[in-house]
Amino acid sequence: MREVLEGSQAVARTVARCRPGVICAYPISPQTHIVEALSVMARTGELTDCEYVNVESEFSAMSVSIGASAAGSRAYTATASQGLLYMAEAVFNASGMGLPIVMTVANRAIGAPINIWNDQSDALAMRDAGWLQLYAADNQEAADLHIIAFAVAEELGIPAMVCMDGFVLTHASDVVDLATAEQIDGFLPPFRAQQVLDVENPTTIGTMAGPESFTETKYLQHLRFLDAAEVIDRWSTAFRESFGRQTGGLVARYDPDSLDRNNLAPPGDATDVTVIAMGSVLGTLQAALVPLRAAGVSVRLLGISSFRPFPELALREALGECRDVIVIDRALELGAGGVLTGNVGRALAGTRSRIHSVVAGLGGRPILEASLRDVVARERAGQLGRLEFLDLKTGGVPVPPVGATEVAR
Amino acid sequence: MRQVRIHGRGGQGVVTAAEMLARAGFLAGHEAQAIPSFGSERTGAPVVAYCRFDDAPLRTREPVLAPDVVLVQDPTLLGPAAPFAGLSPRGLVIVNTTSDAPAVRAQAAVDDIGAHVVTVPATSITMTHLGSPKPAAAMLAAYAACADDITLEAVQAVFRERFPGRVGDANASAAAEAYAYVRAERAATGGGAGLPSGAPGTTSTEVSHA
Repeated sequence: MREVLEGSQAVARTVARCRPGVICAYPISPQTHIVEALSVMARTGELTDCEYVNVESEFSAMSVSIGASAAGSRAYTATASQGLLYMAEAVFNASGMGLPIVMTVANRAIGAPINIWNDQSDALAMRDAGWLQLYAADNQEAADLHIIAFAVAEELGIPAMVCMDGFVLTHASDVVDLATAEQIDGFLPPFRAQQVLDVENPTTIGTMAGPESFTETKYLQHLRFLDAAEVIDRWSTAFRESFGRQTGGLVARYDPDSLDRNNLAPPGDATDVTVIAMGSVLGTLQAALVPLRAAGVSVRLLGISSFRPFPELALREALGECRDVIVIDRALELGAGGVLTGNVGRALAGTRSRIHSVVAGLGGRPILEASLRDVVARERAGQLGRLEFLDLKTGGVPVPPVGATEVAR
Repeated sequence: MRQVRIHGRGGQGVVTAAEMLARAGFLAGHEAQAIPSFGSERTGAPVVAYCRFDDAPLRTREPVLAPDVVLVQDPTLLGPAAPFAGLSPRGLVIVNTTSDAPAVRAQAAVDDIGAHVVTVPATSITMTHLGSPKPAAAMLAAYAACADDITLEAVQAVFRERFPGRVGDANASAAAEAYAYVRAERAATGGGAGLPSGAPGTTSTEVSHA
């Protein structure tokens, strides 16, 4: 049923319909509405056969999730920003122990300075944590990705983050068509733990591995992670066939002219410039690029749906002969450049691609269509630098208007 | 596409107003989107939220920069929040105030802007029915009285659905009174104030007024 829902509500209802056995989370903006909604559903009984565990911190939230998953339950949690950093040690443990926890990350900037608004610095700081990272372009995809995430994570024994831009998606109301509980029951297999702690047959997971075995353990973990691309692609294809929606996958292709998402869209040409982006800015890019195409500008759009594993092959295939690339990056690797850009660069090594990095939307700065069109126009005119900051104000740090900040006491 | 910007203060239900507006627009058959913006999360702090209607699915995530319609939930924001900024020349501004349109223009220092200004005492109407200063339903009903984008019935329906029972009913009756007030105000001024009928797909530059 199509309805208008806040993004957080759409995610919470879909997660509930995936029948998690244990939910443990600690509230933090902009994730709060998701876990509040789930806690209400657990209290009212709408969420059945699920234990909602209250804890005092994100570190405990991930630790409980690890315990729940190891004990054989489908485990879910959600966090953002400083909360993700606070649980970081346990985040790495969850993947090392092969526990298929699903976690929503409502992407938010990391302090200092304190900033509650959106960028993707939090999840991208966890890029080496051994978790799958799937990014939602809109709220329909944010909800749907959780279904795919549970399926993929549980088949692989690898935990998965579903990343959605904080506030921009979590707090926006959109028309969505949520999968029903019956539809999800028919799509997502019941949770079958690949390893379960059993008091009758005691074992230890996450135990010590010395110099004689640590390398091999990580090597095997790496090989398993390489399997993930095929598994994500397969489940996303199955989702499209079951639900009729293009969701997830590795790389999102877009029709050259309508800019509609279209997995059958042709690869790029040598005369094109391709804009590569991740998350909700893809919607703004769809809107921004239509008039450019209509004016004859040869620009294409590609979305990174899976950041981990990074879809090197699918990206190269989608780019085709195109060698001019602009990456819109919502996280900054200080002293180096955009985080996504670095991954795109590694994927395109040896292709002689000309890659421009545009860092945009840090700490909630709105990304405007006109600014994006200006970036493309300047690239076509040979005026775009290797690393730029979108709408950067010059002349120092702007001072907020009186009353808009707590800084001046 | 129809673009709406809502100004108010923390605690007045600005974010709720945008969400309810999107729901009412969806009920009226449009694609709809509501985007809140968040400031320092304090009661009384200026808050802005946005809403869009269109006939095709909405993709963009940028804030509304060139609104066709502006709702001002608190008249003390007319100066500091610059609610007329970017307004379409034939746009519509609805202000929650007990004073009149010329006073609003003077307060906002926009004597030379061609937009229509509609005033409605939404807070006093809402206090009568609901007993708390959350004028969102009355403001959206005033919008319904000026344009075909949404209807009074849709506004009442979405508030009743979101706040079942007394609160929903009180919002619905506040909406009815605000709707009647603006209808009477328009009749008295020759019906000049208000966006013309037409799909939200009409762009603001194509809008014409009788």
